[in-house]
Amino acid sequence: MQRALRGMPMSKYSSQEMVLNMGPHHPSTHGVLRFVLQTDGEMMVKAVPDVGFLHRGIEKIAERVPWQAFMPYTDRIDYVASVNCNLGYAAAVERLAGIAVPEKAEYLRVIAAELSRIGSHFIGFGALLLDLGAVTPFVHALRERETFNDLMEMLCGARLTHNYVRIGGVSHDLPPGFREKCLGFVDHLEHEFLEEFNDLISFNTILINRLANVGVIDPETANKYTLTGPNLRGSGVPFDLRRDEPYSVYDRFRFDIPVGTGKFGVPGDCYDRYWVRILEVTESCRIIRQALEQMPGDGGIRTSLPRPFTVPAGEIYVRTESPRGELGYYLISDGGKNPFRVKVRTGSFSAMTIVETISQGVMVADLVAIIGSLDVVAPEIDR
Amino acid sequence: MDQAKLSEMLRQRLSDAVVSVEDMKNDDTLVVVDKDSLVSVAEFLKNDRDLGFTTLMNHLGVDYRDRMAVIYNLYSARLRKKVTIKAYLDREKPEAPTLEPLFPGVSWYERETYDLFGIRFIGHGNLKRLLLPEDWEGFPLRKDYVYPESYNGIETKRSDLLDAAGAAGDAHV
Amino acid sequence: MLERFNIVGRLSADPDLILTTVDRAVNLARANSLWYLLMGLACCSIELMQTGGPRADIDRFGSLFRATPRQSDLMIVAGTVTLKMAPRLRRLYDQMAEPKYVIAMGSCANCGGPFDLSYSVLRGVDKIIPVDVYLPGCPPRPEALTEALMKVQEKIRNEKYFLKKEA
Repeated sequence: MQRALRGMPMSKYSSQEMVLNMGPHHPSTHGVLRFVLQTDGEMMVKAVPDVGFLHRGIEKIAERVPWQAFMPYTDRIDYVASVNCNLGYAAAVERLAGIAVPEKAEYLRVIAAELSRIGSHFIGFGALLLDLGAVTPFVHALRERETFNDLMEMLCGARLTHNYVRIGGVSHDLPPGFREKCLGFVDHLEHEFLEEFNDLISFNTILINRLANVGVIDPETANKYTLTGPNLRGSGVPFDLRRDEPYSVYDRFRFDIPVGTGKFGVPGDCYDRYWVRILEVTESCRIIRQALEQMPGDGGIRTSLPRPFTVPAGEIYVRTESPRGELGYYLISDGGKNPFRVKVRTGSFSAMTIVETISQGVMVADLVAIIGSLDVVAPEIDR
Repeated sequence: MDQAKLSEMLRQRLSDAVVSVEDMKNDDTLVVVDKDSLVSVAEFLKNDRDLGFTTLMNHLGVDYRDRMAVIYNLYSARLRKKVTIKAYLDREKPEAPTLEPLFPGVSWYERETYDLFGIRFIGHGNLKRLLLPEDWEGFPLRKDYVYPESYNGIETKRSDLLDAAGAAGDAHV
Repeated sequence: MLERFNIVGRLSADPDLILTTVDRAVNLARANSLWYLLMGLACCSIELMQTGGPRADIDRFGSLFRATPRQSDLMIVAGTVTLKMAPRLRRLYDQMAEPKYVIAMGSCANCGGPFDLSYSVLRGVDKIIPVDVYLPGCPPRPEALTEALMKVQEKIRNEKYFLKKEA
């Protein structure tokens, strides 16, 4: 299965087992994660994740603030793609309370969310490459991310924690000059940046050797551990909530769902997960272009909410597609001003549960590739 | 299969095992079960050839003040349908059977629920705290949880200034 | 005759020489080679990375990130410190060699920020380690972090290291 094991029986080379600590402060653990590694020389027996170093009690905070005031906290659930987190929460509250959203606001949400997805994938594969030792591609990805930050700053004034989506709409309309700049960015990505990036690193032999055939997840295992998003698609399962359970106005756009095909190795290896993310940037570009084209020129951007804003008692589970997979909000309302219970189901959480299984029998250096290719961020795991 | 048909079918097939089958918002079906039949209902939903709810999307615990509950969200890729299983638990001694053998991915979710609510999952392989430190006292997401004033010698009290501002009923909207 | 003893005057007349104190020379070197510990904890770590990235380019100030505390002079606490992380943070701070400086980046590191309502968050990193510069913002922009770094440099430049301490 794993490259490390091929033709090299474990028993022949086994030595004394050693327990090694990795993290929580470690340059390649994507935030504050800790792994307890059981190693046999360079071979990994098992890597047990230890999480919770960023557990900020966001679900408890939700019970103490009003419905609208929880929106800034959703930014911080996944700070790399905050608009997607806003969108999931807003969609859940709107469906529970039965609030209609203006059509134009839905388009603005899609544009912001897809820009966010692009920005998130830059950090996702950039950090993977950085962990593997390739510093330059990460700097390239950061350079492009600055343009994304500029665009979001034009749109809502914030660079990272955007808080752009509101319950019932969005906070700002498109500013003058945004459309041109956004189209320019999208064109630049599709026609210049990705080509350059692929020439620079994606088809680099060293990278292929580091990623191909490593950390293979077959579709059954992926389903067992409820892997979602690009990680699931990397295993070859064409499942995308934007298409299979459309929310917002995603059913009006044409886009493909890239899946892992074993480009340089077995389907479901680290390279496939990496490559799916690269391809998804292109798909997001397509969606943004269509959304800018189809967006109605006039119309409101926000439904005014009654004051004080309350949500009728009830329960709902709404899931959306964030860059890290299924982002679900289970909301319980008791009819009051504050939520009664908010549970956030994130893609990174389930991606972490699989690490213990797929890290068995790999080399220590491959663990970094596996964690990086799953693209986890710590606050999504710990919340 | 539309939602009404699914809930009707579940009502018939599970008649003796469930307390109620209701429609939920967002194209979802809520199946309330007794905690003793939780595993058998989940097993039926997962393994039945017509249904195939093989994906566990989400799990959470809830403290309803008078009782507790565990909730599991299942998804069937075959039917493109969601089902929510809910089992109420006694608040004094919250215990539920684990679904770990059916859905290995639920292991961490149940650990998290144990961590934050103190709900014990009978038969769980590794039931210890996940997010909070192991020497943490109390279960923070319970409704009657009182915030600690210090942890291992580190003061964690909120400043009085903020309490005064927050006394107006968490007024900052 | 006196001209022979006026060493300072003779030296300052020499265009190839610069006169300074040992303190100032050492401080100049220290201030412009501040290596910071990569202490990205939460949201601010992305802005910390972007500050090191191509646009803000904090390398211009002689600041490079180090992954180990033993080689770092500056700890930029970027993000929320939870109670579970606090003992680890303290240990990392203890492992840094003197002289060491700390920037508390972002509202969370300053005072708990928006997570003040939480049960598991440390309300300000200054409860466990001394802080030199408090940088507000949620998260602060790269320009702001650059200024915080310059404040630390200013502080270093004004330090008197080799002066004999008065009894």
